[in-house]
Amino acid sequence: MEGQELPYVLIDYIGGKHGVYEDHIEFLEKYFHLITMKEYLENKKLLGKKIRAVYMWYQKPVISEELLQNLPNLKIVASSGVGIDHLDLNLLSSYGVKLSNTPFAVSTDTADFGMALMLASSRRLVEGHQMAISPDTEYFPADWLGAEVSGATLGIVGMGTIGYKVAQRAKAFEMKILYHNRNQRTKEEESAVGAIYCKKIDDLLQQSDFVLLSVKLTPQTHRLIGKRELELMKPTATLINISRGLVVDQDALVEALQNKTVKAAALDVTYPEPLPRDHPLLKMKNVIITPHIGSATKKTRRLMMENMMESIQAGLSGLPIPNEVLL
Amino acid sequence: MEGEELPGLLVNEIGGIHGILHGHVAFLKKHFYLITMKEFLANKKQMGKKIQAIYLWWHKPVIDQELLQSLPNLKVIANSGVGMEHLDLKLVASFGVKMANAPRAVSSSTADTGMALLLASAIRLVEGYHLAISSHVEYCEADFLGVEVTGATLGIIGMGRIGYKIAVRAKAFEMNILYHNRTRRKEQEEQAVGATYCEKKENLLQQADFVMVVVSLTPQTHKLIGKRELELMKPTATLINISRGAVIDQEALVTALQTGVIRAAALDVTYPEPLPRDHALLKLKNIIITPHLGIKTDKATYMITEEAVENILAALHGLPMPSEVLPS
Repeated sequence: MEGQELPYVLIDYIGGKHGVYEDHIEFLEKYFHLITMKEYLENKKLLGKKIRAVYMWYQKPVISEELLQNLPNLKIVASSGVGIDHLDLNLLSSYGVKLSNTPFAVSTDTADFGMALMLASSRRLVEGHQMAISPDTEYFPADWLGAEVSGATLGIVGMGTIGYKVAQRAKAFEMKILYHNRNQRTKEEESAVGAIYCKKIDDLLQQSDFVLLSVKLTPQTHRLIGKRELELMKPTATLINISRGLVVDQDALVEALQNKTVKAAALDVTYPEPLPRDHPLLKMKNVIITPHIGSATKKTRRLMMENMMESIQAGLSGLPIPNEVLL
Repeated sequence: MEGEELPGLLVNEIGGIHGILHGHVAFLKKHFYLITMKEFLANKKQMGKKIQAIYLWWHKPVIDQELLQSLPNLKVIANSGVGMEHLDLKLVASFGVKMANAPRAVSSSTADTGMALLLASAIRLVEGYHLAISSHVEYCEADFLGVEVTGATLGIIGMGRIGYKIAVRAKAFEMNILYHNRTRRKEQEEQAVGATYCEKKENLLQQADFVMVVVSLTPQTHKLIGKRELELMKPTATLINISRGAVIDQEALVTALQTGVIRAAALDVTYPEPLPRDHALLKLKNIIITPHLGIKTDKATYMITEEAVENILAALHGLPMPSEVLPS
């Protein structure tokens, strides 16, 4: 039977809130025999041995030690998106399982999203829309103002692929660009976007009108922005987070916003996602929150899926794996 | 009295709904003796003679024949912002009064507004925000995808100062830029932003993923975008308007958005502003409406006042005005 010739690949579920997209299934089924977690759990003994790859969409299915023990022929996990903080890399490595992600597919969308959040927050776009459509609105007051983006200072924390693309976009708005990164970029890269390196994050925080976080989540960046950092920021500054919720001490952020230590925040990521429905961040006028949709365009999602398919195929054929994450 | 040595400047009101911003008053008082419409109307004869200039804020006070006749020493009217369609330029000129707008101050701020709306619509920001904060977070992610900005085609209708600044910004997003304008820009200007001229706006409409309208309102641009233009656009396209509400046929837009003729719209301007609370546009899911944000930042509004003062002082001293507007 043709189905049995195709490699068995484990997925969490299809459709619904965060399942593999229904319109991606047709494509994937040309290359793989997809097994959902439900199907696997109903027939662990038989299917466990056949599964050779895991297609991890939105960080599911979760890879536990138990799962790895029951998938003796697992060769590769392909994870969607760029973040890998949800995976235990040592665990995968100890089972000889390879890992891939999709860093490039997401980078331009995420950079665009960061710019969108910065512009929306500074110009009070969400509040403005609410005023424009509210049944109680009779007029638009002349003294209802936002803050200018053009000519303002943007501090980018984390100048990887995404951070650099943000800098390229911000330059066109004549923004002054500061950046903080583990390593300084080359002179050519810096001058191409007019970015000034801040070896100490404090210098960046003290001078920026907008602080944009585009770091990976690692033990070093966990709670990178806490009470101390927020107090270093200007009281007129805005914090934009497009990396991971845990990079920010959320309780400290709530307090800083309430005490006007910082002016506003725009967050595509929180911890957890979604936030509990009674969380103070959801009620603040000066906070924009989006449900982690930084790379949520049809084209990019399709590209991510194709990248993952290619990584799995290469992993199963013993060929060099595109977008491999070395463990 | 020191106040009377300074030339009289008529303004609508200070503070309030459409008044001069409080933060600008000190600066204005350095150069002028401020007279509000209320003060003028309470003592027309005396105040009328003192007034040498008018500073319009959000199109107020209204300039009509009666007002012009009661201000014998009026030399100049400075408009906040760049649009002048609310003024009868010929009438004003017939009284020997000069006019100025504030093109430099508005352009970056308005270009930023255009980009903010384009991006917000593409990422479905308002819908996303509501999902993130609502009590019932039930949704299907696959149904909730936005559209790409990087690498998409932007069609700019109206490539003046503001339109050009939009092109500069869009270029950094690697957008493919088309533009339609009364006159073609110079080759170097086109090359600097990678913009391709479309002599016929139809060509632009058919190719663009985002259509940004940045024209001044004139009899020629009234209802520039109507049923026909909307139907020429791609069904996946987004319309953004940062010029004037009357440039778009609003009824045609409602139909186009309801029936999927275009994907979405983002309007910083409508006709009227605000829209009646029962207007069909307010009920659509695929629209973002903002309350004429255009230049509404501390920095831009202050620069507008500075530019206006510069023009007024030049006119009062018989010097060339930086941004004089002549009746065409």
